[in-house]
Amino acid sequence: MQRIGVFVCWCGSNIAATVDVKRVAETLGQEPGVVYSADYQYMCSENGQQLIKTAIKEHGLTGIVVCSCSPRMHEATFRKTAESAGLNPYMVEIANIREQVSWIHKDIEEATVKAIILGRTAIAKLLLNTPLTAGETGVTKRALVIGGGIAGIQTALDIAEAGYEVDIVEQRPTIGGRMAQLDKTFPTLDCAACILTPKMVDCAQNEKIDILSYSEVEEVKGFVGNFTVKIRKKARYIDEKKCTGCGICMSVCPSKKGLNEFNMNLNNRPAAYIPFAQAIPNVAVIDPEQCIKLKTGKCGLCSMKCEAKAIDYTQQDSFVERNYGAIVVATGFKIADLKYFNEYGYADNKDVITSLELERLMNAAGPTKGTLLRPSDNTHPHVITFIQCVGSRDISGCGKPYCSKICCMYTAKHAMLIREKYPDTEVHVFYIDVRTPGKNYDEFYRRAVEQYDVDYIKGMVGKVYNENGKLMVQGSDLLSNEQITIASDLVVLAAAIEPEPSVRKIATLLTTSIDTNNFLTEAHAKLRPVESPTAGIFLSGMCQGPKDIPETVSQASACAAKVIGLLAKDKLKCNPCVSISDDSMCIGCGTCANVCPYGAITYVDKEFRLGGGKTEVRRVASVNEAVCQGCGACTVACPSGAIDLKGFTTKQIMAEVEAVCKR
Amino acid sequence: MQEINKEYQPLIVAFCCNWCSYAGADLAGSSRLSYPANVKIIRVPCSCRVNPMFILKAFQRGADGVIMCGCHPGDCHYTTGNYYARRRMTLLFDMLDYLGIEKERTRVEWVSAAEGVKFSNVMNEFAAKICELGENKRLEDLRCKE
Repeated sequence: MQRIGVFVCWCGSNIAATVDVKRVAETLGQEPGVVYSADYQYMCSENGQQLIKTAIKEHGLTGIVVCSCSPRMHEATFRKTAESAGLNPYMVEIANIREQVSWIHKDIEEATVKAIILGRTAIAKLLLNTPLTAGETGVTKRALVIGGGIAGIQTALDIAEAGYEVDIVEQRPTIGGRMAQLDKTFPTLDCAACILTPKMVDCAQNEKIDILSYSEVEEVKGFVGNFTVKIRKKARYIDEKKCTGCGICMSVCPSKKGLNEFNMNLNNRPAAYIPFAQAIPNVAVIDPEQCIKLKTGKCGLCSMKCEAKAIDYTQQDSFVERNYGAIVVATGFKIADLKYFNEYGYADNKDVITSLELERLMNAAGPTKGTLLRPSDNTHPHVITFIQCVGSRDISGCGKPYCSKICCMYTAKHAMLIREKYPDTEVHVFYIDVRTPGKNYDEFYRRAVEQYDVDYIKGMVGKVYNENGKLMVQGSDLLSNEQITIASDLVVLAAAIEPEPSVRKIATLLTTSIDTNNFLTEAHAKLRPVESPTAGIFLSGMCQGPKDIPETVSQASACAAKVIGLLAKDKLKCNPCVSISDDSMCIGCGTCANVCPYGAITYVDKEFRLGGGKTEVRRVASVNEAVCQGCGACTVACPSGAIDLKGFTTKQIMAEVEAVCKR
Repeated sequence: MQEINKEYQPLIVAFCCNWCSYAGADLAGSSRLSYPANVKIIRVPCSCRVNPMFILKAFQRGADGVIMCGCHPGDCHYTTGNYYARRRMTLLFDMLDYLGIEKERTRVEWVSAAEGVKFSNVMNEFAAKICELGENKRLEDLRCKE
């Protein structure tokens, strides 16, 4: 018979204000199997934990129920407490009387009764608990970073710095990501390329870092510490090892109609190309959609001119399979689709552009070599109107409900740069709110208004239309309460940002969760912001939520610290709540192996004694405890009831159902 | 235990998966979004851990409504668990309906860890619906009553 101790936490007044904790402790103390009960202000505190430890030792407890906050909060804490007092950590059950009781119910009587029922339910389950021992697995001392933008680069550099090997998988032909496309960065206005490209070179030169560019993650197997990842290296049609990056193929390629993605499709590039001069790896790639040789079989100019003999039209996608201990997602963002925002005329007017397109137009390496010219007629725009929150903070369903966070700052930057370079230009900004929290951010914005005379108009824009070659921006000025129309030469939309679409596929491969806006969910919004809820998967940069470069870099380094912490371990404890099959009941039908998402169940032939000296060999299920993640799909699918899930056994859940239904 | 409320209080059992819906319930709690106290949550690792037997047991023991909450389709922590759960529950609920347990007494809802508001709304609606339907006597095993 078990000897159970019940510990009721007040959580200061969080629980005690609505739940009569004394009565809960007293009532539960009389339940069968319970030999000790107590209440205390903060069970999770040093003193509270001491109280639990003392009680375990003095009363010889075999299991404890803690009535407190959610098990997602402190289950691990109390398991450690129990363990340090010599109890098996899995002989601990939590009754969630804060999130499920005191915080949502106001009536003290009602709340107290519910707390007692939840306590009883936990006791009913605990009576059927058995001590569980976690197995151990090794850790592969290598990390994978998915995405080679500033977030991925920083994470990889920091991990490599600690002495571990890192692979960066980047879907584009070069690393650098969005930051490589930017002109200047706020609030210091240093040039993006000047601070980013040295880091890219560091990555290429670091012997611990392997860059797999133009590659995608295809398949992920395994679990924390022991992932096996299959990576598809897309055919470049160029031998990476031979290519010297001289660029001759680019200059001789006769097919020059491909849209230059790096320049936001503002100009064209040849079919054989290097995305930009500082690309890492500095290796060309051939676009099969545009290459005349690959499409018609006639041409082959680049192959003739290439001195390194690097061109290989027969190249196929290849696959590499590697083992990793940890995986970092750093897939970044893109500009949201503006198809639902016809009022701004983005699709119809060449001179209505997004901010990222403006970055390219202002960049010295961009399509206009840094001179700000309108895309339609290559003239200098004299009146430029910026429109904020295009698709951000939009609850109509067309846009994004969140604030994209970086737009207020980069618009101030754009306005300032334009006024600095072209003082004859008039700059207007339509805004809903100006949000500039951050070190030196508000000062930066004020400089735009005060020193550079940028005209900030509080109000929304209803319509942008073309009239005699001028873009008429019709909006309201909420401060003067007037309808205004500004005849502009160029309209710049601060379009909402959204996670890179490939993140959905990656999240599915990694079995990690994603929120309604396609941002990856962190394990805890405040306390575990760089870890995903799936063990061994970490988050870096924009894939987790909108953030600017300084924040991205801090998060990337934080992420690296977490990865290093994991890789530094030699052994990891496994989750002991895994499936177990009862050989005597298993009929070897194969149903459980079919439903298992991890392939953790295999079949083995075992010899069974039948009595009278006879034996028979039967095929039975065998669960690989290191691979099983404990979802329980097999337990329900099993027709003979042979498989059960440790920690959540059928009997335990049945006991819980019975306990909650007891009136 | 003393009777607190003489008027009818339906008993609702909610199975919540650990990763999404249980976290959604926690978020409802930390956002102070109330729902009736007679909703009792049982934590399971995944919605696919919910054996149809658990639901039958709940009705047998006098539950008036049973709701199962899991991660949204495609978002399951274990990749595909909620798809298995959805199929099983569709079959089970049809069978229960045939036995006279009205379909409205059983429900499957997808609640993510970010949807505290949805969790509370779903529980309020479901409880109101069960109140309308009244007590469930069809499967209740009177021998289990003290």
